[in-house]
Amino acid sequence: MSDWFSETENWAFLVIAVPMVLAAFRAVTSRNVVHSVLFLVVALAASAALFLLLGAEFVAWTVVLVYIGAVVVLFLFGIMITRAPLGTETQLSHNYQTKIGAALVSGALFALITVTTVRGFGDANLTARPTRADEIGQSMFERFVIPFEVVSVVLLAALIGGIVLARRDPVDGDEAVR
Amino acid sequence: MMISQFIIVGAALFSLGVYGVLTRRNAVLVLLSVELMLAAVNINFVAFDVYVNDQIAGGQIFSLFIIAVAAAEVGIGLAIVLLIFRNRHSANVDELDLMKL
Repeated sequence: MSDWFSETENWAFLVIAVPMVLAAFRAVTSRNVVHSVLFLVVALAASAALFLLLGAEFVAWTVVLVYIGAVVVLFLFGIMITRAPLGTETQLSHNYQTKIGAALVSGALFALITVTTVRGFGDANLTARPTRADEIGQSMFERFVIPFEVVSVVLLAALIGGIVLARRDPVDGDEAVR
Repeated sequence: MMISQFIIVGAALFSLGVYGVLTRRNAVLVLLSVELMLAAVNINFVAFDVYVNDQIAGGQIFSLFIIAVAAAEVGIGLAIVLLIFRNRHSANVDELDLMKL
């Protein structure tokens, strides 16, 4: 274990991972909706930093652009449009019985994954190597070109579906809604 | 660095996402917890990609696909929440019991 602490990479890992877990915890427990979304930003930014630590630069910047840039803004819009109770509010979560049950379930899940992983992999080492964007591009447009096209169809379907669902149907004789 | 440390962090994030999905009443916050779970899966994918030193970077490509699908999911999910709010004047998941016997 003293070997583990002697590597600088592991200190960088701790500096990133500890705030990430704390921010994720606050994101699911905070009583203020907007604070919750802002803690999600911290957790996602830390996950982008972990990707940089692993050398996956393209994925890291994609997380910053797509998640922090677009998804979080969408969440803030969703909160404002549905008039979720702003400010401190007790009605945001279920009661104590549900919370205790959920804590048991998620704690058991965490213990299960941790025990199986540590028993399975032990202290197998991992050496980070920077992955250049051209390697990702080569692989995506040669080996993974069909999934890539399928994802483009999924995005198109989501675009059309979003417009169809969110648009207000014009009522007869009420042209102003149009 | 060890592979286990990344998987443990991913497991912590995933468990917190599960806790959020189970405890939150507001539908927007349930979607937010699902996003946390997807971020945890991404960490696992990239960590295993680096661990096996994949020549075609399969894990990283798949985490990119997950990001794309997550963006689509949030778009559609929020549109549905908006529609529910418009019809029922509430976005709380425990008040949506129309299909209950």
